[in-house]
Amino acid sequence: MFTRSSALAVAIGLMAGSVSGAPQVQLDDPFSSGMWDYHQEALLGDPAKIQFDDRVRVIAPDTAEDAFNVPLLVDATALSDVEEIVISVDYGPIPKILSFFPGEAEPKLALRFKIDQATAIRASVRTRTDGWHVGGTLIDAAGGGCSAPAQAYASDDWEEKLGEMHGRLWSSSGRARVIVDHPMDTGLADGIPVFIIRDLTFSTDDGHEVARIALSEPVNEDPAFTLYFDPETMPSLLHVRGRDNNGNEIEGILTDEEVN
Amino acid sequence: MTTRRAALGLLAGGVAHVTQTSPLWAEARHSYDLRPVPILSGVWMIKGATEYFSRDNGGAIVNCAILQGKSGLILIDSGSSRRYGEALNLALRKLDLRGVSTVINTHHHPDHYFGNQVFADKPILALGGTIAAARTEGDGFSDNMYRLLGDWMRGTEPVPPSIEIGTGDIVVDGRRLAALPLGGHTASDLALIDAETGLLITGDLVFLDRAPTTPHADLARWQEALTTLAAVQAPAVLPGHGPLDRAGIAIRKTSAYLTWLNDRLVAAAGMGLDMIEIMETPLPDEFASMGAQPQEFHRSVSHLYPEIERMILPRAN
Repeated sequence: MFTRSSALAVAIGLMAGSVSGAPQVQLDDPFSSGMWDYHQEALLGDPAKIQFDDRVRVIAPDTAEDAFNVPLLVDATALSDVEEIVISVDYGPIPKILSFFPGEAEPKLALRFKIDQATAIRASVRTRTDGWHVGGTLIDAAGGGCSAPAQAYASDDWEEKLGEMHGRLWSSSGRARVIVDHPMDTGLADGIPVFIIRDLTFSTDDGHEVARIALSEPVNEDPAFTLYFDPETMPSLLHVRGRDNNGNEIEGILTDEEVN
Repeated sequence: MTTRRAALGLLAGGVAHVTQTSPLWAEARHSYDLRPVPILSGVWMIKGATEYFSRDNGGAIVNCAILQGKSGLILIDSGSSRRYGEALNLALRKLDLRGVSTVINTHHHPDHYFGNQVFADKPILALGGTIAAARTEGDGFSDNMYRLLGDWMRGTEPVPPSIEIGTGDIVVDGRRLAALPLGGHTASDLALIDAETGLLITGDLVFLDRAPTTPHADLARWQEALTTLAAVQAPAVLPGHGPLDRAGIAIRKTSAYLTWLNDRLVAAAGMGLDMIEIMETPLPDEFASMGAQPQEFHRSVSHLYPEIERMILPRAN
């Protein structure tokens, strides 16, 4: 018999697409957050091979001091053949923060993001032959980071600074750091549509792509990233190119120069 | 035969017993143990814990100064909650039956003015910048304080100071004070010199044995303020947090920490470090032993690093 509750179940099933809440690999979530199964299907596409793995280090302060700029360091250098790192929160209006495709960089990334409430935060690392490895940590937060307007609008020159880039390389320690001015509006503040950088690629002078980041709304205003390289093979110059969802092009060059 | 009354008696007895030994069924009502300590003639202090806000200390982490005025007591900074203000009010009536006549807030951080609610019928003085900042930021502070302190905050509503204080030589309730309008810890920090005793009351421009906090700091301006305060050469300095300083070390130590903090962050930006990497580096012994470390250092990295880094890193386009 077709009951009201089964109709509801069907409706919910339709709304959530293929997400059933029962992934094909059922993991024992170390944080018991109650949301991981869902994200395993919705964010990672319900992979057939996946495990929690302490070798994926996710380091953050216990408490978010500034909900708009929570620092995070993800380090999967203990794994080999890493192709993609998906960084996400369990609780937040937009769970996915970004995907990092390390390419020729180390599978390690420093970033900042906006937090909306206390949550588990995960780095899901996809390897070429050994499936997904997931690490995480917990962050306590007063919240509200995702639903407030960008602070840029407090000044009247934000448009002139849009896409302005700071950064450089440190070839002796194998680092590349870049900060790009952008409001990174989540679309959750009243009357302000989504306005975010979609992607940033890092490439050599001859156009060869060495790494890429695909950003989502929760990346902080004025995104700031450190990429890590083997100092022996690190390029002496990196082009950073990107585009936001309004079609604005972002372009800059990182070198070892202290001042340029 | 067991009557209803006897059963109630048993129940009550049982409950009383439980409360005395282990309160399994409910938390005891939180109360602050505030004791005014006489430090100079007609001057007392309430000493705060040199810690961060917690549900153990109830937010009683701040120093309050109490000066004898003509019609009652002048209270400088009122604590972190309504309940703190109530405890203060009771404790101070033992010093002067008339209680508090006037409140002065040194700046707009919640541990320094959330007790104002209890003294809302008295004049509450502060710098104009402090009044404005308390009005805009009070509700945000309140949300966070409830989160950090829980039931200690029950019934607390931020009451901003109401009257702009004069600067220079002023008289408050018959007591002669010098009011120094400074800044750096926040945009608007008041320091006071008590003319009768020479005591310098610094608010959070000075910390001792407790790490300085920086959520609204301008380090360069703060150092200028410390230079001004050092020039006063006061016989005793009451910092916003930490013990009374009669040895003349508190101002210098605060300055040394802020210098180190700035240098550390500038150096880190020059090396391309990210915030987490800075937080993971150990503190020098001199600063690691301060109260509320390394939490305050971690907070300061969050407050200060993004801006310092922008100044240090070269343009890439």
